[in-house]
Amino acid sequence: MANVTITVNGKSESREVEDRTLLVHFLRDHLGLTGTHVGCDTSQCGACVVHMDGIAVKSCTVLAAAADGAEVVTIEGLADGDELHPMQAAFREHHGLQCGFCTPGMIMTAVDMVQRHGGNLDEKTVRHELEGNYCRCTGYHNIVKAILDASGKMGGVQQAAE
Amino acid sequence: MGMEGIGARVTRKEDKRFITGRGRYTDDMTVPGMAHAGFVRSPHAHAKIKNIDIKAAAAKPGVIKILTGAELAADGIGNLICGWMIHSKDGSPMNMGAYPALAQEVVRHVGQPVAVVVAETAAQARDAADAVALDWEELPAVTDAVKAMESGAPQLHPEAKNNLIYDWEIGESDAADSAIAGAAHVTKLDITNNRLIPNAIEPRAALGVYDPAEEHYTLWTTSQNPHVARLVMSAFYNVAPEHKLRVIAPDVGGGFGSKIYIYPEEIVCLWASKRSGVPVKWVADRSESFMSDAHGRDHVTHAELAFDADNKMVALKVDTIANFGAYMSLFSSCVPTYLYATLLSGQYVIPAIHCNVRAVYTNTVPVDAYRGAGRPEATYVLERLVETAARELGVSPAELRRKNFITEFPYQTPVIMNYDAGGYEASLDAAMKAADYEGFAARRADAEKRGKRRGIGMSCYIEACGIAPSQAVGSLGAGVGLWESAEVRVNPVGTIEVLTGSHSHGQSHETTFAQLVSDRLGIPVDNVSIVHGDTDKVQFGMGTYGSRSGAVGMSAIAKALDKVETKVRTIAAHLLEASEADVEIADGEVRIAGTDKKLGWHEVCLAAYTAHNLPADLEPGLKEGAFYDPTNFTFPAGCYICEVEIDPDTGKTEIVQFVAADDFGRLINPMVVEGQVHGGVAQGVGQALFEGCVYDPENGQLISATYNDYSMPRAGDLPSFDVSTTETLCPGNPLGMKGCGEAGAIGSPPAVINAITDALGNNDLTMPATPQKVWQLAQGAAG
Amino acid sequence: MYETTYHRPGSVAEAASLFSSTGDAAYFSGGHTLLPTMKARLAAPANLIDLRNIPDLKGIQASGDSVTIGAATTHAEVAASNDVAGAIAPLAALAGSIGDPAVRHVGTMGGSVANNDPAADYPAAVLALAGTVHTNKREIAADDYFTGLFSTALEEGEIVTKVAFKVPETSGYAKFRNPASRYPMAGVFVAKHKDGSVRVAVTGAGNDGVFRWNAAEEALSGNFSADALKGLSVDASGIMSDIHGSAPYRAHLVGVMAGRAVANLGTLTMD
Repeated sequence: MANVTITVNGKSESREVEDRTLLVHFLRDHLGLTGTHVGCDTSQCGACVVHMDGIAVKSCTVLAAAADGAEVVTIEGLADGDELHPMQAAFREHHGLQCGFCTPGMIMTAVDMVQRHGGNLDEKTVRHELEGNYCRCTGYHNIVKAILDASGKMGGVQQAAE
Repeated sequence: MGMEGIGARVTRKEDKRFITGRGRYTDDMTVPGMAHAGFVRSPHAHAKIKNIDIKAAAAKPGVIKILTGAELAADGIGNLICGWMIHSKDGSPMNMGAYPALAQEVVRHVGQPVAVVVAETAAQARDAADAVALDWEELPAVTDAVKAMESGAPQLHPEAKNNLIYDWEIGESDAADSAIAGAAHVTKLDITNNRLIPNAIEPRAALGVYDPAEEHYTLWTTSQNPHVARLVMSAFYNVAPEHKLRVIAPDVGGGFGSKIYIYPEEIVCLWASKRSGVPVKWVADRSESFMSDAHGRDHVTHAELAFDADNKMVALKVDTIANFGAYMSLFSSCVPTYLYATLLSGQYVIPAIHCNVRAVYTNTVPVDAYRGAGRPEATYVLERLVETAARELGVSPAELRRKNFITEFPYQTPVIMNYDAGGYEASLDAAMKAADYEGFAARRADAEKRGKRRGIGMSCYIEACGIAPSQAVGSLGAGVGLWESAEVRVNPVGTIEVLTGSHSHGQSHETTFAQLVSDRLGIPVDNVSIVHGDTDKVQFGMGTYGSRSGAVGMSAIAKALDKVETKVRTIAAHLLEASEADVEIADGEVRIAGTDKKLGWHEVCLAAYTAHNLPADLEPGLKEGAFYDPTNFTFPAGCYICEVEIDPDTGKTEIVQFVAADDFGRLINPMVVEGQVHGGVAQGVGQALFEGCVYDPENGQLISATYNDYSMPRAGDLPSFDVSTTETLCPGNPLGMKGCGEAGAIGSPPAVINAITDALGNNDLTMPATPQKVWQLAQGAAG
Repeated sequence: MYETTYHRPGSVAEAASLFSSTGDAAYFSGGHTLLPTMKARLAAPANLIDLRNIPDLKGIQASGDSVTIGAATTHAEVAASNDVAGAIAPLAALAGSIGDPAVRHVGTMGGSVANNDPAADYPAAVLALAGTVHTNKREIAADDYFTGLFSTALEEGEIVTKVAFKVPETSGYAKFRNPASRYPMAGVFVAKHKDGSVRVAVTGAGNDGVFRWNAAEEALSGNFSADALKGLSVDASGIMSDIHGSAPYRAHLVGVMAGRAVANLGTLTMD
């Protein structure tokens, strides 16, 4: 068993878990943060993407023990209280989700994407950057639109903060 | 309230919980004392179980109970059923073999559940399942349906000689034969419709809870139709009596047909909960999904389409072999018959049609309805034939279609269907305009300069939605009625709950159904809640599949709203001392036409509940229910045009343009409709270019068993789509709706393949058109 | 996956010592090969030794002649490195093309090189760029390092610490990806070195993993242009065949990718 302490959405969380526990199960089963999903077992679908120390990772392929000491942000921690993150708002505005299952991973991937590329995203880049996220409902059309829209708005937010 | 009513692009009410991580899917449910199931699955495609030794497994940490098929049989848990009886052309009923939830004596496909371990954690359950020792006698296996019918092939079920489930036909064989014999031109094709694995991103899951004090069962499950699950499990599987079984399908992460069926794992979780005394949860991992979710398609077909000297179609003859897998899944039997052959007339006047279908057992995962279900297979046969015929006849594919379009409605086809309305030329024109069909030659020339082969392909599809009416489907063998129910509960303050038997797993019902209410009553969509997916809340319902929730589910709501409005008129007329005929309901008010007399909507609702001043004989309260049984199928149709560029050096196909012009009748929310088309097209493109289930023909092992080997479209594989609609209203339901959920998956595969074969000048291509296959054809064309 | 015991050593020596003392153990850093294998219950080491946090295994150094990358450096770090891009642009681009963004944030160069998956990208770069694999015990030339499918010259318990890539005069990498897994079905790294030698390394296609395509090297040595490769084909008898591509198709792709690598020097060409 491993004693694991991870700061999740700003709150330090300590649990004793089996060493084989994956970060996604630490979040879902031990912390009750069920917004992060598991859609495959080969690290391809991206439903489990969270941010660890500021970057997107597939939480189904990270051991909780290996994440000991890390800071993790999940879909539950993205909004500022009742105020949605611009990416969340854009997914709703552009109908970038249907069943909602891939959505948390999509949004976390998209936020990471914009953080790395700033406002310099075009459709081709967005589609390429979504390499690790499967959606079976939307055909990606509206996801791409949402990300492109949010990237403009997030760029504005970042500039305003500086 | 026109901003939120029918036709408005209302953003979705359900979105907030999904985008903030507050969706509640089956795997998100926990109950006190919950244990976990791990299934022992067959590693063989066909084998006798000689012995099951659970001793080592039972000693593993955390193990609570291990159950096998013997206990299942001893407890009288019934075999899985097929809910649609098909009779062969000789009049005999279909030959169905036994389908137990846990294998007894013989396994017939890789992944078939053999035993279940209940343990304290999911990992412990899997650990112990791995430790169950099985002694097998391997048997020869067959995965190909054509080979399964050959003499000497391995036999799966004693009930089905030569593995034949049924040999069924529709239409007039003699008429088709004689028309073909006298035709000026006959186009012939051998066509494979590739087997697909649905792959909803949420894996299937179940949580069964038995309460011994109440002798009551609760099942949370990833279902598209929880009431059907409850009915079947109580009436046929003897898991629990219907009034002691609550089935809840909470948020469900995509279905596409694969979550219609009642699977062995759900039955076992409920039964094991009683047997082990603890709640039992099971969540498939993706590998289990690949080998246990019902697969789709898998047809082999020979088809002939005959024309007269004027290029008018005179006959269509189709011979199809459908691979059913190792067992008959719940609705498997109707897919290649009444959902397939009845659509073979397409958008065309074809005086004689005959189709023969043989359904065959093989040592593969059971096959059932997957997005489109039969209609994609029919469209693929017909639209590949038409495009091929145009090439053979040297005429424009568009004009050949136009020449043969049905233009007068209602139109009775030779294969049961009676089309009620349509405007096929409008879709064709809209698609050709959007695709700049005329400009294609220049684009092709430009591509050639860049070393690429460019092709354009078309598909004019028709489909039938909202399978109905109940009496008709009953006469064709359906075991259930296919109506829908709704209940409109108006609260004393005027807010509304709509209880519906439809189930939303991406279709946006919480928004679109509320839009209907808003449109009718003039109250904001935020004042309307849609309740679904719980058999304790909703009285009965048939669920969501076959693009039926709009045309059937919303029609039931409309009917219930009629009753609510009638009562509101009665109350308002009484309170305002006016005639019921003069009462208008709009903008959140109840008004008397031509006067300034009015009440707020909420005031009338409150009056219904206070009952201080109601007309004599009028019951208090404001709640109405309705069951709606359609009078006919609905017939969405449209035209899709795909343009591709092929790299002849690698065989890689790029979709450079995809245009969809659909006629769905009245649209409730165009934003939602477009989303449905996008997703459907992506799945259709997936079938055409990427997705193919592959079994090892020697030993029946599933080779395409993970995302490393089963290819699905990613964002970078698809373009943005050009989606538009034309409109002819459906006369068969009060809203004029037709359904839009499956069209994309139905219409797109032939458009893609027609484009690729156009680019290559070679028609010998099977789906999926992988780079290797396309490269091989490109080589041939170059040589 | 089966239960295991997780270890997080702070140094290479501690890691090696843990490996020998615990018995049944496996190293991992990003874990993006090992963890999926363990999840599929195809591997079940009793001990997992995490190399990701060892400072000595991190970092990138570039000089005029070589680029040295620490084993625990992630693909994203290599892709974003101006030092790597400045010296060997196709190497940075190769790292930036592995898997997807989230995988690149965690997966490491050392993990890829140590595992020698026949469809991995890095082995092609190591071989074509005449790399030297540094371990906690020795230095191994690339030509001696890759010994077959998932097989390397590493001894039991030996740890890859860094890899030094020779800076070539020019180079290019082209790959055609498997439609499902997105690993290369044929990836060809071509490098013309400063001493005039040409190395052509092929990944994703060989039955025995990464290999050098000698005939192409000879052809390019005389005439370093895509034209020199025309008509040249790799022998299909040593080429992998599966549901995604037959040996003749993959062999053909190797030729096409080699040509594209040479035609697009200084960059990555990807289909």
